[in-house]
Amino acid sequence: MEPVTYNLIGAGLIVIGAGIGLGQIGGKAMEGIARQPEATGKIQTAMIIIAALLEGLAFGALFLGK
Amino acid sequence: MKIFQQSFKFLAIVSVLFFTTVSYANEASDGNGQIDTKKEVEDYILHHIQDSHDFNLFSYTNDAGERKHFGFPLPVILWTSNGLTTFMSSEFHHNDDGHVIVEKNGLKFAKIHSKIYELDGTASTISFDKDHHATNAHKVLDFSITKSVVGVLLIGLLMFVWFSGLARQYKNKAIPTGFGRVLEPLVIYVRDEIARPNIGEKHYRKFTGYLMTVFFFIWILNLLGLTPFGFNVTGQLAVTACLAIFTLVIYTASGNKDYWMHMLWMPDAPWWIRPVLAVIELAGAFIIKPFSLLVRLFANISAGHIVVMSLIAIMFTLKESLGVVGATGLSFVLSFFITLIEVLVAFLQAYIFTMLSALFIGMAVAEHDHEHAHDEHGAEIPDAEDVRGDFI
Repeated sequence: MEPVTYNLIGAGLIVIGAGIGLGQIGGKAMEGIARQPEATGKIQTAMIIIAALLEGLAFGALFLGK
Repeated sequence: MKIFQQSFKFLAIVSVLFFTTVSYANEASDGNGQIDTKKEVEDYILHHIQDSHDFNLFSYTNDAGERKHFGFPLPVILWTSNGLTTFMSSEFHHNDDGHVIVEKNGLKFAKIHSKIYELDGTASTISFDKDHHATNAHKVLDFSITKSVVGVLLIGLLMFVWFSGLARQYKNKAIPTGFGRVLEPLVIYVRDEIARPNIGEKHYRKFTGYLMTVFFFIWILNLLGLTPFGFNVTGQLAVTACLAIFTLVIYTASGNKDYWMHMLWMPDAPWWIRPVLAVIELAGAFIIKPFSLLVRLFANISAGHIVVMSLIAIMFTLKESLGVVGATGLSFVLSFFITLIEVLVAFLQAYIFTMLSALFIGMAVAEHDHEHAHDEHGAEIPDAEDVRGDFI
């Protein structure tokens, strides 16, 4: 097997992990907003920050594996 | 002299034609002399992602087999062993594999993959080893006005004109007119939604200027990347690394005593865990934070450009199986919607970069003057203001 294939499998794993993480963040934020609609702004800000941190991690992994 | 120039031009064109056909025959043909579209698309996209020494709006091969380019050249500025050397990038005749040699200032230059090399000694052509590295040439200090530099200068000029105009308008009236009305809500947004809540009421004013500059710089350059001029400035590692280093320097320089105390010798932690925490905190502050800032912006914008261009390339890659109309239609629909998403991403990335910069600065300048009282078991006693805050 060529090394390129391993890279692609690694990239797939990273994307699965990042997808689960983003789903968790987004889903919990939705729940939070549904429970407390008046806190929408604060929840969204926190959600975007955490999503950005996770995205940075995922991109870092993709970047190193390239 | 003129004859020499003309014959040089002629030779250059012939050699370009010859070597492009040769390289196609070598790399991109399927044996029948046919051009491999996928390979060509891939090369084109990779070339677009890189910075380049000229604007190439589009190029095609006409019926006579000539390669035609539309665009305009940019100045090349080199610092060589013979001092400053300048010429226009059109002298390379769009050659990018080192076969066109430009002779200036007693030195010979060639361009390979958008990097300019200086030939050693008396060599007149570049020779390559088996990994396609040049063996008899070396890189020179390149201060050229490349495509990205043009983008940065353009944005600098635009931002100076727009924001100095906006600032001047406030002298006479409270409400700006013209384009200032577009900028004012964004300026207020960055100040009130990003700087103030993350840095705190006491210090936010000092850093709002930087945050605003970074926000508009990234946002406008991201949007510029979606135009057909082919800018990819925020998708260059050098640019994002520079922005991340600015943020790093600012939050490191403005860190107060509490910040360094919490980083190097964490209070309220067992003594044996403090060095471990210090190592983690130092790595976080000096490596992970700037690295995540620079990679996020670079990867998002580069990935966006690759996706948009790949979807446009569907037009060519699926021409056989879907027909011209089908392939063009599919490509148009997909690239239209992904471009709309990219407009959102352009704003989101600028927002996230500014937001995280503000957050990091806020961590560095946070003051602990609001120490909570502790009861005899060490648990916090909430003060009246916090209790009231919970109910409002």
